[in-house]
Formats: sequence, structure tokens, C-alpha cells
Amino acid sequence: MALSKRKRAEYFRYSQYTLLVVIALVIAFLADWEQIRTAFFNFKTMGDMFPNVITIALKNTLIYTALGFAFGLALGLVLALMKLSSIAPYRWIATVYIEFFRGIPALLVFIGLAFGVPLAFQIQFDIYSTVMLALGIVGAAYMAETIRAGIQAVPKGQVEAARSLGMSQGRAMITIVIPQAFRIILPPLTNELILLTKDSSLIYIIGLARDQYELTKFGRETLSRSPSLTPILVVGLCYLIITLPLGYLSRYLERRSGGKKVSVL
Amino acid sequence: MSEISVEITGLKKSFGSLDVLKGIDVTVNRGDVVCIIGPSGSGKSTLLRCVNLLEEPNDGKIVVNGVELTDQDVDIDLARTKIGMVFQSFNLFAHLNVLANLTVAQRKVLKRGEKEAQEIALRNLDRVGLKEKANSMPAQLSGGQQQRVAIARALSMDPDVMLFDEPTSALDPELVGDVLGVMRQLADEGMTMLVVTHEMQFAREVADKVIFMDGGYIVEEGPAAEVIGNPQETRTQEFLARVLDPTHHGPSDPV
Repeated sequence: MALSKRKRAEYFRYSQYTLLVVIALVIAFLADWEQIRTAFFNFKTMGDMFPNVITIALKNTLIYTALGFAFGLALGLVLALMKLSSIAPYRWIATVYIEFFRGIPALLVFIGLAFGVPLAFQIQFDIYSTVMLALGIVGAAYMAETIRAGIQAVPKGQVEAARSLGMSQGRAMITIVIPQAFRIILPPLTNELILLTKDSSLIYIIGLARDQYELTKFGRETLSRSPSLTPILVVGLCYLIITLPLGYLSRYLERRSGGKKVSVL
Repeated sequence: MSEISVEITGLKKSFGSLDVLKGIDVTVNRGDVVCIIGPSGSGKSTLLRCVNLLEEPNDGKIVVNGVELTDQDVDIDLARTKIGMVFQSFNLFAHLNVLANLTVAQRKVLKRGEKEAQEIALRNLDRVGLKEKANSMPAQLSGGQQQRVAIARALSMDPDVMLFDEPTSALDPELVGDVLGVMRQLADEGMTMLVVTHEMQFAREVADKVIFMDGGYIVEEGPAAEVIGNPQETRTQEFLARVLDPTHHGPSDPV
């Protein structure tokens, strides 16, 4: 049997399709569809979740994420500037911060803020401060490196032109470099926003009142009173309502900035 | 004020172990156009960038309009507002439209009001023939138009001196003329100009003085007609022969 290379590649491809169809059929026959339907699609449970899943849980997830992202962006910018500073200790501090908070689970930061800091410093954060600080502290560690890369991606000539017009270093940074840097890093920042959206679920650790539930906590709470996994499916879809458009936006921005470079001219 | 606009004495600059400027003295009189020519690597761009301290000199003194820039206590940002600079790569602010490119430093540095800044900007855009492009983004303009906007941006600060760092080197040949035309007009209006250029025709017709640099030194300087028309130094003669008649020479000797 002397098949040409091209023929062999073709048969190989057919065999893969066949395999996939067989697997799909086996799953379809073996699965207990009624069981699965009651496990995931309990319409009564689903109906009971509305409207609170939207008006409380989805809303709170959005608020928590926005607070964390805003604080993280500001702190990340400060860290990025510290990393680019000519003052060595600033660079060291920023590096240690970034390595530390990128390297530990976000959950630990939530626990630390919710239980450790109040003990150590006699301060009690309310829920919004906790979520803003915890998400922001973790998000800043990731965003700092992105922002630093964005700042460095702005051509040096832009700073020289600004300085030659009499702008100080700081003025040139604020009016010329940072606005351009943010255009460059919009796609990766959008991805970071997606990650923070999911991490906002970690706030469950501090114990929430009913009107403070975000999506995951809301899902778990409903789950404990429900004979099916339906609540998890519903809140999962709610996350997708937030993250899918963001992912699409990120890819769109990437395509747009990829086509025409912000640099050079 | 003195008749001397720019006075450079004993200027030295090195990058690491590389000595780029090895002791330069230049005097530019008010209203004069001085063109600096020379082979690449001769230090001419570095010299120009030292005049507004974009490069920090290692040694020597630079005085522009009576202000010693090399003095550690001088407000360099303030001094730079009086020294316009035009770059080879234009360096228009990519995120701002043409009008904002011209107004941003007027507003943030000179603290002019928005209306005043815009009036000045539009007047200078008109001078370079691009008033109708006020609302365009830099990326929408041709190289020649971008460079003219860059000139108008520098002019909007009301500078006493203009520095041009190879302003036409990045342009397509057919666009060079527009930019040189604007520069010639500036020269005619009496602007003090220091121009690093490869445009020998321009240097010959517009410059009051031509400086030929090579290897970090000024090799020859004088009126354009003499330095370009009748060079005395061998290195000047060789350089000009290559630039003015590039097809009739073999590859240059390794330095």
C-alpha cells in the first residue's frame, strides 16, 4: 500500500472526524438526559432567581469589579512609574510589590484585608473598601508591568519633542506619554478587567449581607436551597454576559491598533 | 541684547567611551542661518541637540541669547521655550490633532489662554500653508505636511532661535521642496536658524555660514560660497565630491 503523503494526510483527517462523531454518539447514548435536565435546567429554580440575580448579584459584581479596577489602575500606574524611576529604591519597592502580589493567590489578599489588617491596625473596612483594596492590590501588580511596557513603547521622539517645547519631565509624561501609552495597552487592560471580574467572587470570604451578594455568592446561596445545579449555570451565564463582550472588545482594539501603529510619525 | 544669538565654546560630549564632540566652538549671530554639514557620525546632530540640552554636554559652555544653559542653576524648561526644535522624524504628538499639537505647549507651558493659543496656532499654520489641516490627525498627513506642522508647532512658542535636525532626511524627494520653502521663508523673515542638513543647494543659497564637521571636530567653516564652492580642506573636498556627485566615486575608505 503505497499512499502518497498527501493521500495519507487526507485519510488521517477523515479518521479524526470519524473518531469525534463516535465519541459524540457514545456520550449521547450513555448520558441520562432526564437526569441532566433536572440537574442543570430546573426552570422553577431559574425563575425564582430572577430578578435578584440581575438587580443584586450582577449589579454588585459590576460595582465590585469597577472599584477594584479603578483603584488597581491608579496604583498600577504609580508602580509603573516607580519601576521606570531613576531612583533605585523606588524600582526595588515596585519590583518586590509586583513579584509578591503576582505570586500569591488573590484569596490570601482578601483574607488578609478582611481579617489580618483589622487585627493589626484596628481599622475595620466596609465591604466596598475591602473589595476595592483587595482587587486593586492584586490587579495593580499585573497592570503595573503592562503600563510600564506601554510607556516604554511610546517613541522616545515624543518626549524629546515635548521637552524641546519647554515641558518638564513630569508634564511631558502626563500630557504626551501616558495618553499614548494607554492607547497601546488598552487590549491587555481589557483582559485584566475580565480577570478581575472573575476574582471579584472571592469577596465571599468575608461574609456578605443579602444585598451585598455578588454572582458567585448568590449562586452558592441559591444552590443550598435548590435540588439542582441550575443556579450555577445561571450565574455562569451572567459572568459570560460581562466577559464575552469585554473579550470581543479587547480583540477589536487589538486588531485596530495592530493595523495602524501609534508610533513613529 | 547682544548681537550674538548662540555661543558655544569648548563643547565636548561623549557617549560612554565614544567621544562624539571633541571641542567645538560655534558662534551664531542674530538673524543668521548657519548650516552644519558633514558625514554621518561626525557629531553634527549631537552638536545641535546640545544647543537645547537634549544631550547634556560633558564639558564646555553654551550660551543662547545671553542665558548660559550649561549653568546648573538655569531653568532649562524656560530656556527651551525660546529655542524651537524640528526633528528628522517630525515627532508630532500622535494622539493630538494638528491644532492641539500647536496649542498644547502654549497652554501648559506658556499658560496662554485657549483662544489666544488657537489664534497663534492658526496664524503659524497659515505661515506653513496648512491652515486647512488644523483638525487633521498627524497620521493623516504626508511626511512633508507633518514636518511643516512641526515647524509651525515650534514657531507657536515664539522662539528666538530655531534648530533643525536633518528636517528633510525622512521625506520622499518630491516633498523636500515644501519644507525647504518654508525654511527659506523663515530665513528671509530674519529667524536665527541652526540647520543640520544634507541639502547642499539649500545651504548654498540660504546659509550665511556653513560649518563642515568630521570626527567630532569642526574642520572648516565660513561663508557658503567658500566652504561649499571652494573648500580648502581635503576632507571637505572629499565629502562634497561624494555628496554632490555620488555616482562617480568608489566606495569610501573604511574609517
